[in-house]
Amino acid sequence: MASIGKITGVNGNLIRVAFTGPVTQNEVAYAKLSSGVKLKSEVIRIRGDYAELQVFEDTTGLKAGDDVEFTAELLSVELGPGLLSQVFDGLQNPLPRLAEECGFFLQRGKYLKALERDVKWSFTPVAKVGDKLTAGETLGTVPEGIFKHRIMVPFKVQGSVTVEKIMPMGDYKVEDVIAVLKEADGKTIEAKLMQTWPVKVPIKQYAERMRPSEPMVTQQRIIDTFYPIARGGTYCIPGPFGAGKTVLQQLTSRYADVDIVILAACGERAGEVVETLREFPELNDPRTGKSLMERTLIICNTSSMPVAAREASVYTGVTLAEYYRQMGLNVLLLADSTSRWAQALREMSGRLEEIPGEEAFPAYLESVIASFYERGGVVRLKDGSIGSVTIGGTVSPAGGNFEEPVTQATLKVVGAFHGLSRERSDQRRFPAINPMDSWSKYEGIIDIAKVEAAHDILISGVEVNQMMKVVGEEGTSMDDFVVYLKSEYLDAVYLQQDAYHDVDAACSAERQKYLFSKVDQILKTSMTFKEKEDARGFFLKLTQITKDWNQMEFQSKGFKDLEGQIFKSVAEVATNA
Amino acid sequence: MHKVYHRIERIAGSVITVKASGVAYQELAQVTSAQGISLARVIRIDKEMIDLQVFSGARGISTDSEVRFIGKPMEIPFSDSLLGRVFTGSGVPRDNGPLIEENPVEIGGPSVNPSKRIIPRRMVRTGIPMIDVFNTLVVSQKLPIFSVAGEPYNQLLARIALQAEVDVIVLGGMGLKHDDYLYLRDFLEQNGALSRSVMFVHTASDPIVECLLVPDAALAVAEQFAIKGKNVLVLLTDMTNFADAMKEIAITMEQIPSNRGYPGDLYSQLASRYEKAVDFDTAGSITILAVTTMPGDDVTHPVPDNTGYITEGQFYLRKGRIEPFGSLSRLKQQVNGDTRPDHRTIMNTMIQLYASFKETIEKQSMGFRMSTWDRKLLKFGLRFENEMMDLSVNIPLEKALDLGWTILGDCFEPEETGIPSKMINEYWPKKG
Repeated sequence: MASIGKITGVNGNLIRVAFTGPVTQNEVAYAKLSSGVKLKSEVIRIRGDYAELQVFEDTTGLKAGDDVEFTAELLSVELGPGLLSQVFDGLQNPLPRLAEECGFFLQRGKYLKALERDVKWSFTPVAKVGDKLTAGETLGTVPEGIFKHRIMVPFKVQGSVTVEKIMPMGDYKVEDVIAVLKEADGKTIEAKLMQTWPVKVPIKQYAERMRPSEPMVTQQRIIDTFYPIARGGTYCIPGPFGAGKTVLQQLTSRYADVDIVILAACGERAGEVVETLREFPELNDPRTGKSLMERTLIICNTSSMPVAAREASVYTGVTLAEYYRQMGLNVLLLADSTSRWAQALREMSGRLEEIPGEEAFPAYLESVIASFYERGGVVRLKDGSIGSVTIGGTVSPAGGNFEEPVTQATLKVVGAFHGLSRERSDQRRFPAINPMDSWSKYEGIIDIAKVEAAHDILISGVEVNQMMKVVGEEGTSMDDFVVYLKSEYLDAVYLQQDAYHDVDAACSAERQKYLFSKVDQILKTSMTFKEKEDARGFFLKLTQITKDWNQMEFQSKGFKDLEGQIFKSVAEVATNA
Repeated sequence: MHKVYHRIERIAGSVITVKASGVAYQELAQVTSAQGISLARVIRIDKEMIDLQVFSGARGISTDSEVRFIGKPMEIPFSDSLLGRVFTGSGVPRDNGPLIEENPVEIGGPSVNPSKRIIPRRMVRTGIPMIDVFNTLVVSQKLPIFSVAGEPYNQLLARIALQAEVDVIVLGGMGLKHDDYLYLRDFLEQNGALSRSVMFVHTASDPIVECLLVPDAALAVAEQFAIKGKNVLVLLTDMTNFADAMKEIAITMEQIPSNRGYPGDLYSQLASRYEKAVDFDTAGSITILAVTTMPGDDVTHPVPDNTGYITEGQFYLRKGRIEPFGSLSRLKQQVNGDTRPDHRTIMNTMIQLYASFKETIEKQSMGFRMSTWDRKLLKFGLRFENEMMDLSVNIPLEKALDLGWTILGDCFEPEETGIPSKMINEYWPKKG
């Protein structure tokens, strides 16, 4: 029997409740307004005979003495076919269906089921009566868009179970029982197309966790070549506002070489979600030819939506990612932005009057961030197939200063760091990933030694440029000047990419390898110039043609013509050995 | 009947505490004291202790003043008769006109369902080249104007208000100097725009709590107009005063401050206002332009910093010009592809060259020899500053683009600009 309580205090979205009966930490409860509307909330602290709850909604109108109903269940999500291409809020309410019912505005206290109950899915059994299975193993499949959605033994099941009954091939609704399983002690469990799982608990029903080793190609040159991401890895993109975090996230969600992309828009602008929402259905996934939306799932708690649900939204996102990973798929979770989530923690911590840590963030901030990123990874499932969850989180550090708690806590736990800089974005050098302080621990698509060599040129170029600011161009030697021009060339034609150009926006791994070998060749060519003006003029022109070259279809006629031109002009200035 | 209390337990800043029961969070109360009658709002409930924020401030309230709870949250009247009127943050007329009480709507209401929004695709023409060409303003955009005190931001705001093609202008003034308030009102009136404007004004001498109410009141009204299919432009000046008012209240409430004394929820508070900017799929739109003054010209100050993360870009107003660096309209890509084919080229090229010009200026000031290239940049930079950046320039977009080509043609050879050859052939001014 679930417990009940009465409100004794209201402070923002924190309520204090006197209760009778047992109450669990992180359990879901509903606060009842006098109008009868129930507001979803979560227990976050228990002290003696009162509990403190964060309410996922605006608390206007709650009174001391109002009833609270506890549910004895942790905050959970529904898992099953029909999740893909959906748009949910942080608590997994489907927003489009909510709009149909409530119109323009989000009405508080209105909760809808995440999965549509009336849709039928055509189920094909895989398991047979008598099979001994454990949690997470496949009972059968249903087609969901372009994927074979595995219906699995519920993750909650402990130990091995025997299949007593399995339904034949046919159409079923998500709540229909498709198998009856018997536990060792003789208890039976009914398995449905859907199941639920608490968001704050990682799904661990796999055989083993492996080291991320395979690169995840994003088709952004600076990332794949210089600061690669691995499937199952984690990375973060900190940067000041206006440095292009969001554009980079959108590009990644479009071009990344993964099966499913989950966008967790956490405390960010609604407009950005809308862009994805309205554009993705129109765009084609180059891999499948189907609409991009079919492989996308959006969790959206924009900055004006209730703060407490912000925290829930990242957990909801990662739980859904883990669910699809259990089907042997590669999933990318993009969380934008984790700073907003950290701020939500800070707000709540302040209301709880906890002793503040650095910049008033709670002391447990680091461990919370670490355990979130640790939910990424590559796993070998019980049937031998491989699935992965890659997590990319943006960080919005105050004032663009990376020395703040959220950035620092994130850097400790991620495998790659793409630091965006205001300087580069002011110069319109996009993606504004700063080659001076970014890093990656993963292996990329291009030989590491060559990348190092190219990176050294970038560093030398910056050094020469700094020196030139002091001694002037006339005080710089020709050799140094050419190194500087070469580094600027590499920057302009390789690191920078035009996100709004049809061809240049995405550069395939194959093309990157090709382009890199050519640029590498040019960088290694030793060149002679009479005057610095000549050298500058030459590189301006070369940059121009190479940029045009980047905008040509790969291996088209125009592409080959320009390649010829580039190497002809390089040959003209090459030092004859 | 509404409950009346006569014993106030605690008075601090503009917050009073009474012992009461059955009071709802955010409920309004009427406080009657020797100073007159003021509204107050419930901001914390702790058992029987009810904290109330008194709109007119707690000055003059005595321990036996009367507190009468009215059983409903803050509302603002809405009808077409609001147009042409000026109110305080709590909805009281300040223009000697009649009180409006019809059709009350909740302020600070729920947020818009993201799936009812559409991608903004319509440009707002302002006649200012630094906006139209380089950082196009788009319907439903939320943009702050970052500026230091003393810059002509209210003048800029007024000019945009006048020239933008919108149905309704809602102006929210927070901590305005009385002169500025009169300037804005008179400017709109003289140019015949007052009849399509509603003003909510809190001047620097008014009670601080009313400052908090101004954006909510202004946006609630804007929202109602937008639902009726109107395109609304909301002008807020100055959001830093709003944030400071929040800080003041938070400190009185003994909240733990997070950064430079501002409350931890500064981001959420600002966001819930700015996010009211919207383009509805089947109704009107709200575009928000908000002045945020940067104390000490420091963009990392918590208010401009948090604002930058919320809004879709920002305009920097410095030395009477909109700075090309740092100024950004995130939505410009949505519209500048459809204006004229050379729009993006001009935008990118001129900014890149202007950046090089800035470097050259730096070199020049350190006394280095100027190369031919440097001299070209110097020529270009000065023309750009005088003919395009100056705020007094008032030309439509197409004229501004043509002007861009003329300046480039006068200063450079085509291949020095890095413009794709196709564009050069079509647009580069022919010599002779």
